[in-house]
Amino acid sequence: MTSPAKAEGSGPSVALEPELESKPTPAKEEKKLEGRSPGQLMWQRFKRDRTGVICAVVVIFYFVVALGAPLLTKLSGTDPYTLYGQDPTYQDTPVLDDFGLPLGYFGGLSGTHWFGVEPQYGRDIFAMLVYGMRTSLFMALGVTVLMMVTGIILGLIGGYFGGRTDYWIGRVTDFFLAFPQQLFFIAFMPVVTAFFVDPREETPTYFRALAMLIVLWVLGWMGMARLVRSTVLSLREREFVEAAKVSGASPWRIVRKEILPNVVTPILVQFTYTLPSTILTIAFLSFAGVGFVEPTPDWGRLFANGSKYAEQDPSFIFFPGVALVIFVLAFNLLGDSVRDAFDPKSGR
Amino acid sequence: MLQFIIRRTVGALVTLFLISAATFFLFVAAPSDYASLACGKDCSPQRLEDIRQALGLNLPIVQQFWDFMTGIVMGRDFPTGHCSAPCLGQSFYSGDMVWGTIMDRFPTTLTLTLGGAVVFLVVGVGAGMVAAFRRGSMVDKVATGVSMVLSSFQIYFLGPIVLIIFVYSTGWMDNPQYVPITQNPWGWFTGMLLPTLVMATIFTAQYTRMARSSMIEQLAEEHVRTARAKGMSRKYVFFRYAWRGSMIPIVTVLGIDLSSMLGGAVVTEITFSLQGIGRLAVDGAVHKDLPLTMGVMLFGAFFILLFNILTDIAYAWIDPRVRLS
Repeated sequence: MTSPAKAEGSGPSVALEPELESKPTPAKEEKKLEGRSPGQLMWQRFKRDRTGVICAVVVIFYFVVALGAPLLTKLSGTDPYTLYGQDPTYQDTPVLDDFGLPLGYFGGLSGTHWFGVEPQYGRDIFAMLVYGMRTSLFMALGVTVLMMVTGIILGLIGGYFGGRTDYWIGRVTDFFLAFPQQLFFIAFMPVVTAFFVDPREETPTYFRALAMLIVLWVLGWMGMARLVRSTVLSLREREFVEAAKVSGASPWRIVRKEILPNVVTPILVQFTYTLPSTILTIAFLSFAGVGFVEPTPDWGRLFANGSKYAEQDPSFIFFPGVALVIFVLAFNLLGDSVRDAFDPKSGR
Repeated sequence: MLQFIIRRTVGALVTLFLISAATFFLFVAAPSDYASLACGKDCSPQRLEDIRQALGLNLPIVQQFWDFMTGIVMGRDFPTGHCSAPCLGQSFYSGDMVWGTIMDRFPTTLTLTLGGAVVFLVVGVGAGMVAAFRRGSMVDKVATGVSMVLSSFQIYFLGPIVLIIFVYSTGWMDNPQYVPITQNPWGWFTGMLLPTLVMATIFTAQYTRMARSSMIEQLAEEHVRTARAKGMSRKYVFFRYAWRGSMIPIVTVLGIDLSSMLGGAVVTEITFSLQGIGRLAVDGAVHKDLPLTMGVMLFGAFFILLFNILTDIAYAWIDPRVRLS
């Protein structure tokens, strides 16, 4: 970034309020004058936050690793399903000793098994981790988007139309908030799967994923709905909405053109906080034994196994755990940076 | 005040009823044949019918629900015996009364919750306040950094690490377990120390962060600035004026955390193999045990609604401007 931009950059934090009120689109045409949308301002402030940028890079790195899991395991020459300790094809290169514990230093680190192997079966931890991240991250992304969309729609409707509609949406939100979340997730996983598969048969993995998606979605949209509703409620009374109303714009147009652009930023901030917590909830379900099961590679399942083997093979849990801590840390810091960029007044 | 409590209590009871109805009908609507699950693999049709009869699964769904709800208020009779007042039914899987099972397991969860709460409120909120008071100092930087990193840990990672260090490799502590406090107070303390501390560590980190930012926000408020401008000392303003306001967000989160923990500290209980309410919920789900799951869900929902009311009362107590209406 060049210096003039920096000099300008110190100003906008004061000028943010009037900036928010003007519609972002027409502002672009005036060249000389201050004319940047709230989004652009936010992006500029974000770029100057070094922690934020580093954390964004880390988070993107995790998503790239998750996307490129098949390529990475091709490099290491392993896969998450092969039982390297029991499969006769790998008899020449034993990875487990007679007690089923990994041979070698720190859980069996080697050129092929970068993060060591699992006790008893000898599955490759690196392959299980990258594939597990893939399951967790993309599942969480899907769930979070669904939750966000539902919350935004209900919040917009409740906040904009008010009155009876708002009252009932509010009551439904309260009702869902009264459910004990963790218990609900645990209790309803088997119920939702029972709708698709006979309880005595083996549940296919994609049904499990679908059931998790539904359960998490049903209990996850309330925060977003409340946030959007309260933002819309304050926007509805503003002059530019009044003006649009007077000039004969339809409610749909007002929501789309006047209100939605102004709630994008709080939604974005909320998104960066919700995504990691969804990832942790999915991991929690698998950890509790009601989410993904063997042999689907999943981050949460690695922890379930890790604490099972903690006494015999303490190194097993190390790599999945450190990877998760770094990821959550980066995501939390990123969330703070995004919030600061959006609202420079909230000092840390 | 009294009127407020009565009105909220009625509202909470209605919500509890709706939650039980929703849970019940969802479970019954699911095409799981509970009788055949309870019967096992090689099950004769005659025995299946007997089990259906015993569990009351032949009755219409509404009748079953009605029996369940009246059982909570008045108790109920089963072929195997009487189930007194807060009767949440009889487990399909073990045949025990659900209320009795919950009461057996509850002390474990209660110990975890209360023990943890004492630690994270004293250490967490305390550290956050000190950090805010000495903002920018070395103390603040350490507190912020440590709490940032620790709050990114998960119980299912920190728990095994602590077990590996203190139990498996050094043998300094025994494997965590719950011993009733009335039986052996020292055993109760040492048995629950590690799980409580591990759970509290992560919450402490979160409360430190929260208390600090909430306090800093309060210090920027106008009434605080005015008090300072009048010449009051920084300490006085901090502990008399700003402190109160900064408690509001903490009380909100505390209410949510305590209620969800009392309904089962699932991760902590699984990590340390403790038999608490959360573990019970997992067992109920795994065995598709409808009465047990219903019971635990209602028990958890009860705490959520109770703490909602308590939080609102606490608001009015902290900030007299809040009107309970």
